[in-house]
Amino acid sequence: MDAHDTAAFRKHIRQYIGVFVALLVATVLTVAVSYVHFGAEDSHVGNVTVALIIAALKAALVAGFFMHLVSEKRSIYTMLATTGVFFVALIALTVFSFFDSPGSHDALTHPRAAEEAVTHGH
Amino acid sequence: LYNAKVGIWLFLASEVMLFGALFSSYILLRIGSPDWLYGSEKHLNVPIGTFNTAVLITSSITMVMAWASLKLRDFDKYKLYLGLTVLLGLVFMVVKGFEYRDKFAHGLFPATHTFYAIYFTLTGLHALHVLGGMAMNAYLWGPGSKMWRTDPERLTNRVEVSGLFWHFVDLVWIFLFPVLYLL
Repeated sequence: MDAHDTAAFRKHIRQYIGVFVALLVATVLTVAVSYVHFGAEDSHVGNVTVALIIAALKAALVAGFFMHLVSEKRSIYTMLATTGVFFVALIALTVFSFFDSPGSHDALTHPRAAEEAVTHGH
Repeated sequence: LYNAKVGIWLFLASEVMLFGALFSSYILLRIGSPDWLYGSEKHLNVPIGTFNTAVLITSSITMVMAWASLKLRDFDKYKLYLGLTVLLGLVFMVVKGFEYRDKFAHGLFPATHTFYAIYFTLTGLHALHVLGGMAMNAYLWGPGSKMWRTDPERLTNRVEVSGLFWHFVDLVWIFLFPVLYLL
């Protein structure tokens, strides 16, 4: 590594420190917003969304800079894009299967109603 | 692009699916549970969880600095940063151990509630990954570091690969912390 490369590399190191500070700030932010209620009164959807957005931003910083994904080879991107597709499919299929099973949703959230439906032959 | 890097990324891809399966289980258990635990009902200590998150994030910067030190041909700083990374991993595990002990002391086991079943499964699997990363980093800090004299570039690549795994473990915790402690 010559003098020019060393100077360029030291710039990277300053970048790593910036990411580290951003991650710590985002962690404090995650905790702070968890004390605020977002969305409808009896729903957790707003808070889940906000927390997952912050977590995704933090994950992007770690993957992008600490794991060098901002300047990685194309073959690695292809590999990760494929993984992303399978990951989304895994989550989506699990959730879809939950809402697609006749009666199972009622049985889990309203056990008594589901029991009565069975008793009355519905 | 060297072979070990392709190898670790393929391995991390399989890890994404492993944790993905458990995250989807978490979603399924949560939306299907008529009495899910929220907030203080979980008896989880948010300040301790926040502290451990900061510990893992700090260990990620020391890990990347260990690799950067090798790139800059500063072996002493490499030893310092990688040693700190292993120590911070140990701090994380000790704190997690105290958290587990506290849960067990209060009669909270995986069988106590669906939430604790997925909590112990996810954090337990994550802790095993922390242990694995610590073992690898400890080797590269100790006997593995002798390679610096014979093949410095190869050691630098090994540290980068070990770092990719370590950052992934940090990345998983970034999602586990809000999902289990805050939501």
